[in-house]
Amino acid sequence: MTTATSTQRGGFGYRHPRVRLAGLLTAPMAWLVVVYLGSLAALFLTAFWTVNDFTGQLVKTFTLKNFQQVFTNSAYLETMVRTVSIAVLVTVLALVIGVPLAFFMARVASSRWQPLLVALVLTPLWASYLVKVYAWRAMLQPENGVVAWFLQPFGLSGPGYGFTAIVITLTYLWLPYMILPVYAGLTRLPDSMLDASADLGARNGRTLRSVVLPMIFPSVVAGSIFTFSLSLGDYITAQIVGGKTVMLGNVVQTTYVTNLPFAAAVATIPVIIVLLYLLVVRKSGALENL
Amino acid sequence: MGEPAIRLRGLTRSFGDVRAVAGVDLDVVDGEFLTLLGPSGSGKTTVLRMIAGFERPDAGTIELAGTDVTDRPPYARDVNTVFQDYALFPHMSVRKNVEYGLRVKKVPAAERRARAQEALDAVRLGEYGERAPSQLSGGQRQRVALARALVNRPKVLLLDEPLGALDLKLREQMQVELKAIQRDVGITFVFVTHDQDEARTMSDRIAVFNEGTIAQLGTPTQVYEHPATTFVAGFVGTSNLLHGETAHAVVGRSGTWSVRPEKIRLLLPDEPAAEGMRTVGGTVREVVYVGMSTRFVVDLPGGDTLMAVRQNAEESADLGYLRGTAVRLSWDPRFEYQIAG
Repeated sequence: MTTATSTQRGGFGYRHPRVRLAGLLTAPMAWLVVVYLGSLAALFLTAFWTVNDFTGQLVKTFTLKNFQQVFTNSAYLETMVRTVSIAVLVTVLALVIGVPLAFFMARVASSRWQPLLVALVLTPLWASYLVKVYAWRAMLQPENGVVAWFLQPFGLSGPGYGFTAIVITLTYLWLPYMILPVYAGLTRLPDSMLDASADLGARNGRTLRSVVLPMIFPSVVAGSIFTFSLSLGDYITAQIVGGKTVMLGNVVQTTYVTNLPFAAAVATIPVIIVLLYLLVVRKSGALENL
Repeated sequence: MGEPAIRLRGLTRSFGDVRAVAGVDLDVVDGEFLTLLGPSGSGKTTVLRMIAGFERPDAGTIELAGTDVTDRPPYARDVNTVFQDYALFPHMSVRKNVEYGLRVKKVPAAERRARAQEALDAVRLGEYGERAPSQLSGGQRQRVALARALVNRPKVLLLDEPLGALDLKLREQMQVELKAIQRDVGITFVFVTHDQDEARTMSDRIAVFNEGTIAQLGTPTQVYEHPATTFVAGFVGTSNLLHGETAHAVVGRSGTWSVRPEKIRLLLPDEPAAEGMRTVGGTVREVVYVGMSTRFVVDLPGGDTLMAVRQNAEESADLGYLRGTAVRLSWDPRFEYQIAG
C-alpha cells in the first residue's frame, strides 16, 4: 500500500509550488536586480554627484548642478534638441518605409514567400553593427561614394557626413525593429476584417485608415519605441558618419573620463525622454496589446 | 416577376489544383430565403464569397438584379455579408460598427444615428450601442453583425454559416429570428450552412452542393422527399437505399430506390401489415433511443440496410430487446422514390 501511494504523489516541486517558482526565477531575478537595476540606480545616483574641479575627486553630495548645466548651456540644449529630432526623424522614416513593406509581407505576398521575406528583413541584424556603419561611411563619401555617384547624373551631390547621414544610417540600422512588430500585428489581423470593411462599401484607402491602422496601432507603437529609443542612445553612428554633428551619446563619451557625474546626468536624459514617451503611449492604451 | 436578385452562370473557381466551384448556374428569386447546403469543401462558401466579391471567379458571370457585377469590387456591389466569425471591428463600439457602412457612404450624422438605432432595436440590442464588441456574448455579436449588414438596406444579404459558433439552443432560437427578420424586411437572403436541419427550418429553397456543383435545387420538401442523387439522399437525411436484387425483389423494378426512415413502420413479430403496404423482412442490428423516437437499423438479406424510426408515442419501455431479432418493415409504396445514379 505504501508503494502505491508514494507513486501517486507528485515530486517535491509539485508539493511545494513556492520552491518550484524560486527555482525558476532565482537566476533571472538576481541578474535583473543586481546587474540591470543596480547599474541603472548607480547611473541615477552618480548624476547627482559632482567632481572637484581641482583635485578631480568625486564629491558624493546631492546636487542638481549637472542638470542645471545641461539645461542652461545652449550648446548642450542644441545637442539635446538635435538628438530628439534625429530620433523622431528616424522613427518617421522607419514608419513610412516599414509599414507598407510589412503590409506587403503580411497581406500581399504568398505564404510561401513570407518566411523568406522575414529572413531577408532580419539579415542586416546578423552583421556587425560597426561593419554596417562603416559600410554607410563608404557609401556616403562626399566625392566618390556610391550615393554621390548615383546622384551625380541628376546634378545633385550626396549629403556628405552630418545630420542627414546620421538619419539615413540609423534608419537603415533600426528598420527591422519597425518592420517585424508591424508584420506580426498585420498577420494577426483576420482577413474577414478587410472583407467586412469592403463589404460595407469602403475602398482600400478607407479600409486602411479606418480598420487596418487602428487595429495595428499597438504594433506600430511597439516598433516606434524601438526605433526612437535606439536612435536616442546612439553615438557610434554619429561618430562615424556624423562629421561635426554631435548627439547626446557623444557628449557622454567625451566627458565620462574627466567628469563621470556630468556624463551620468547627460545619459539620464534619453532615459527620461523614453519614459515620457512610454507614459504618453500608455495613455493611448497601446501597451496593453504588446 | 422581373430579373432574379442574383443570376450565376457557369461560375468556376479553382484554388491551386482544387476545383472548388465547377460550373454553377443559379437564379435566386427576389425576396426568397435560399440556402446553399453542403459538406465542407463542397464550394458553397466560395460561391457566396464570389457573390460578395471577395473572390474572383476564373470563369462565369455574376449578375445582381440584371446588372453584371463580375468585375466589380465588393464595395461597389449592393450586397452585405454576415461573417462566420462576425468580423466586428474590435476598436469600435457597437454603434460605430453598425454606423460604419453609412459613414463610408457619407449619410448625414442625424440620419446615420437614427438608422443605426433602428437596426439595433430590430435585433433587440438597442441598449448596447456604447459597448465594445468584446463585452458581448456570441449571440449578441451575431445580432450586431446582422444589424451592421441590414442597416445598409442591401438588395441581398449573404450569410456565411453565421450560427455555426452558437450553442444548439441559441442556434435554434436565432433560426426562428432570422426567418422572421427576413420576412419583415423582405430582402433576399442567401444562407450558407452544412446543417440540413437549419436549412430546412428557414429556407424557401435549398441548393445542395457537392464537389463544386449543385446536386439539387428545390424546396425543403422536394429535396428531402425526392432526393435527386444518392449524395443528396445521404446528405439530406439518412440514405435508406435499396439496390439491385433487393430493389427488384421488394419494389419489383430494378434501379436504386429510397424510402425515408420515418415512412417505414417496424412491425413486431405478431403485428400484421396493413393492406397494400410493402413488407420486407430483416434483422435488427441496432436500437438507438433518441428521446422523442427510437431508431432501428435493420439489415436486409440482400446486404442493404434500412433505418426505421418509431415515435415513442406509446411505448416508454426500452425496445433494446429487439436487437438481433427478426422483424418486418412495411411502408406505403407512394413513399418510394427512384434515384438517378
